[in-house]
Formats: sequence, C-alpha cells, structure tokens
Amino acid sequence: MTGARTTRRPPVPAAPAAAPVATDAVIGTGAPATASADAAVDASVTGADAATDAATALAAGGTAGRAAVRWTTRAASLLVAAGLWQVLTVTDARLWLRFDRLPTLDEIAGRFAGQLTTRLYYLDLVQSLIRILTGFALAAVAGITVGVLIARSRRAGDVLLPLVEVVRPIPAIALVPIAILLFPTDEQGIVFITFTAAFFPVMVSTRHAVRALPTLWEDAVRTLGGSRRHVLWNVVLPGTLPGVFGGLSVGMGVAWICVISAEMISGEFGVGYRTWHAYTVVDYPGVIVGMVTIGALGWLTSAVIELIGRRVTRWLPRAEGSRR
Amino acid sequence: MTSLTERGGLTTGRPVGRAVRRATAGGLGEGGGAGLAFRLEGAALGYGRDTVLRDVELDVAPGEVMVVVGASGSGKSTLLRALAGLLPAHEGRILAGGEPVTSPSADRAMVFQDDGLLPWRSVRRNVELPLGIRGVPRRERRRAAEEWIERVGLAKAADRLPRELSGGMRQRVQLARALVGAPRAVLMDEPFGALDAQTRAGMQRLLLDVLRDTAATVVFVTHDVDEALLLADRVAVLGRTGVRAVLEAPDDAGTDATARAALRERILEEL
Repeated sequence: MTGARTTRRPPVPAAPAAAPVATDAVIGTGAPATASADAAVDASVTGADAATDAATALAAGGTAGRAAVRWTTRAASLLVAAGLWQVLTVTDARLWLRFDRLPTLDEIAGRFAGQLTTRLYYLDLVQSLIRILTGFALAAVAGITVGVLIARSRRAGDVLLPLVEVVRPIPAIALVPIAILLFPTDEQGIVFITFTAAFFPVMVSTRHAVRALPTLWEDAVRTLGGSRRHVLWNVVLPGTLPGVFGGLSVGMGVAWICVISAEMISGEFGVGYRTWHAYTVVDYPGVIVGMVTIGALGWLTSAVIELIGRRVTRWLPRAEGSRR
Repeated sequence: MTSLTERGGLTTGRPVGRAVRRATAGGLGEGGGAGLAFRLEGAALGYGRDTVLRDVELDVAPGEVMVVVGASGSGKSTLLRALAGLLPAHEGRILAGGEPVTSPSADRAMVFQDDGLLPWRSVRRNVELPLGIRGVPRRERRRAAEEWIERVGLAKAADRLPRELSGGMRQRVQLARALVGAPRAVLMDEPFGALDAQTRAGMQRLLLDVLRDTAATVVFVTHDVDEALLLADRVAVLGRTGVRAVLEAPDDAGTDATARAALRERILEEL
C-alpha cells in the first residue's frame, strides 16, 4: 500500500507547492516573543487556518480538470486493450499466437448481456462472494491476531513461528486434497483454501508492522499508566494499520486466485466453477464472460479494502493535497 | 532567547521559586497530591549491557523543579527514563516517594523531545488518553481535557491531528496530556530542544505559568544552560562520571543578574 502511495502520486499539482507556505505560517506565527502564550497560540491557529484554507482553495481550482484527465486516461487504457482484442479476433490473426479460436468482442458482449438476465449468473456471483468474504474475514482476524502474538510475545513466537513458516510455502491450492478429506462439505473446503491463502500475507505484514512500530508511542502510553493491554489497543493495533492494510490488500488478491481455482476443482456453483464448466462445453464466450466477471469482482473488493485503508490511516503524513 | 528578567513576569511579576509554587499549589493540579520525591542511590544505568552512568547519587525534593544539564551523550535521557521506570537500574536503587521504581506509573508522567503524541488521535483524544487509561467516564474525561487544551492555548486546534500542528503546538499538547492526569511528578526530556528560539521562549513561559498551579515535582532535562537557569529551583550537572554537582538556584535568580551570572559560571565550570 505504501508503495502504491508513492508511485501513484500525481505529478506536481498546485497544492503541494502551497503546503510549505502553510507550514511556515504555522511556525512563523507560532510564538511572538512579546505576546502572551495564549495569544500566541491563537495567532498561530488562525494563521494555520488561513493557510490551510488558501491551500484548499488552490487545490480545488485544478482538481476537477485533473480528475477528468486521469479518469479519461484510465478508461482509455481499458478501451485500447479491448480494441486490440477485437482487431485480433475479428481478423482471425495467427501470429504464432492463435487468436482465430478466441471469441470476438461482440460475441462476448452478446453472451454477457444474455448472462446478465439469468438467475444463475447472480447465484454464482453471490456464491463466490460469500466464499471469499468468509475466508477473507477469518484470515484477517486470524492473521492480525497471530501476527501481533508472534511479534509481541517471545513464547507465542516460539510456539507458532515454526509451524507457520513450514506451512507458508505450501500453495493454498495444493491443500485441496486435504480440504476435501478434512471437511464434510466442498463449501467448507473452499472457504478453508481461501482462508489459508489470505492468512499468510496478512500475518506476515502484521508481524513486520508490529516490529517496525516506534517504541516512543509505547513508552508514552506506559508512562501515562498504561498496561500491556492499553498498549495493545492504543498503540499496537492503530499504529500497525498501515502495514496491516498492505497485507489485507495482497491477501484479497491471493484469496481470489485461490477461491476461483478451488471452485474450478471442486465447486458446484460459483464464478470459477461456471467458467471452467463453460470451457468443458466449448462455450468460449462464456469462459471470457467468467474471466471478466472475476476481474471486475477482484477489482471491486480490492478497491473497497483500499478505500477503508485510506480512511483509517488518514493520520499518516502525506503531501498536502495529494490524491490518488 | 527570552531575558531572564521576564521570568515569572507573565502574571505576577514575581520570581517563581519553590516557595511561591508551594504557596500557590492546587488549582488545576487538584487531586494530584503532593509532589513526588526521587532518590537515586549508587545507581548504575544504561541500555542492555551498556552502562551509561555509574554511581549516580541524586535527591529530588517533592515539588521542586530539578533541571538536569549535561552535554550530549552524558546520559541525561538515560537518567530520566530510569526515573520514569522505563529502564531498570543495573546496580543501586531508584526510589520514588520512598518506593523502589520497578515500572512506569501514571504518577510519573513523561514529556518527550520528539513527538510522543499518538498520530492517529486528535489533540483532544491525545489529552484524554491518560484519563481513558484510568477509566475516567467519558464526559468527565472530555471536560478535563478541554480545560487543559484551553490552558495551553489550543482550544481552536482541539480536533486536529498531530501532523497538522507545528512543533511548538505539539509540545503544548504533550504538556497538557502529561498534566491532565494530575501526576505527582513530570519528567521532561528536552521537550523544547527541537523548537526555534522564539517558540521555545513562549513554551518556557507557558511551562512556568502552568507549573505554578501544580504541586508536581519536575525533573527537566536540557543541554541549554540558560533554560536551566530560567526554570530551575536546583540544577544537577551531569558529566561522564555521573552527577558532578547539584547547585541551588537562588530564589531571586530571575531578577538578580549577579546571582544569575554566578550560577551560570558555576554550571559551566562543572560541565
């Protein structure tokens, strides 16, 4: 997530230029030597308000135009890819890669439109979503808990770490046989696979985030009378959120890969099952519709995680007026 | 730097000596009880296996402002962290109010040089923190926090996040957060060290003003001799070998230029 923040910052907007001005105003008027302390702060607060307002006003002017350009670019990126697909499939291109066997865009669109009117399509969709959200939610809770435990308690680390490190390299999808043997129903098996897939990125990110926490915050809470429990709730959990959300983001991606794969192997419903089924009955447009659906759902869920992540980490220092 | 004659000039025009503070203690610090006495007996202090200070002997009287001066790396912060209970003594004893210090306590609030504020909490919620830890009901907590936020002059910034404040404002919040719980001692680790001269002068005046209303003992660490002269009842000079001298600041050091110069001379000698 942090990576995304740096790379996706827009190139030199108006607002960052205004930011140093705001800071200067705050510090500059911070404490005139002659005024009383209270008056000095009032001045500094007013100064900061004015500066912030100015920065906001500056930012607002260019924002609408910039946003329009960015959204056009984003849409164009998708449209160009789709256009290329159409050209290659309509012309039955055989450039070592054989596009002649793939459905054209209009075939896919027609199939998609047809699917959207069937009940089965939505049933599959909801089924997959229930599976992934259940597995992901369990993974988030377990991943954060285990990550914090391993990083904060030596004993818990000694007990859990070897176990976790041995299981971690096993691809979740390789656990399908175990899942089939272990769980009474396929449904539970698929959720288990999804859980395992998402668990590790969340756990590892949490562990690192806890370790990277500045000790200063913990010292502060302890010298205010805080116990270990207070440190956990007031420092560790909020302080690690930026790192945790990085893990949740990765976890969601891996969870989709695994839920779809698991559905292809052992499902009776779900987008993954339907996509594989379409392939076995030589319904190629149906395969592509399934793939597009998976892509859209994956994007949607990742966006939700990203959005929540940004909301709860609003306290992070970032360039004034930066938007992503 | 503010001139020393301004010391205490904010409201009374009188110097802020121990006597004055004792006479006027109470006010916002209500319920905090008497100031805490500290005693270090042959203490060896350090991190891990490294001992930074040896054979430290120091007595801090209840309610006094003890300023510890020393060059960078002389172990000032180490001493303070030990008093806070964040650092166990390798040898000897650390006593607070006659009891051995084994862990941090709400009785000994600390103000850090860098930002000890929790960056995800607003000014208000940062100041409420010690009361929340103590389980004070929400409404009472809010009222006490607001009183202190106003006291340090941040009423208009109460809902801001720490990153939206200047360095001086953040230290005001730290001060309010340390004092809102009416601790019996406040340990300050170069709290104004990172501030520019003007802001620092403002903060020193605010600190003197605020301390007038509390009976808490203050141990204040700085490398700035002028700051020590301005704030101290007594000055402990820390050298490589431990506490080299504890010097009494005359009650009129604020107004008497000769006494001030003499004390300054002695501190620099010991350093």
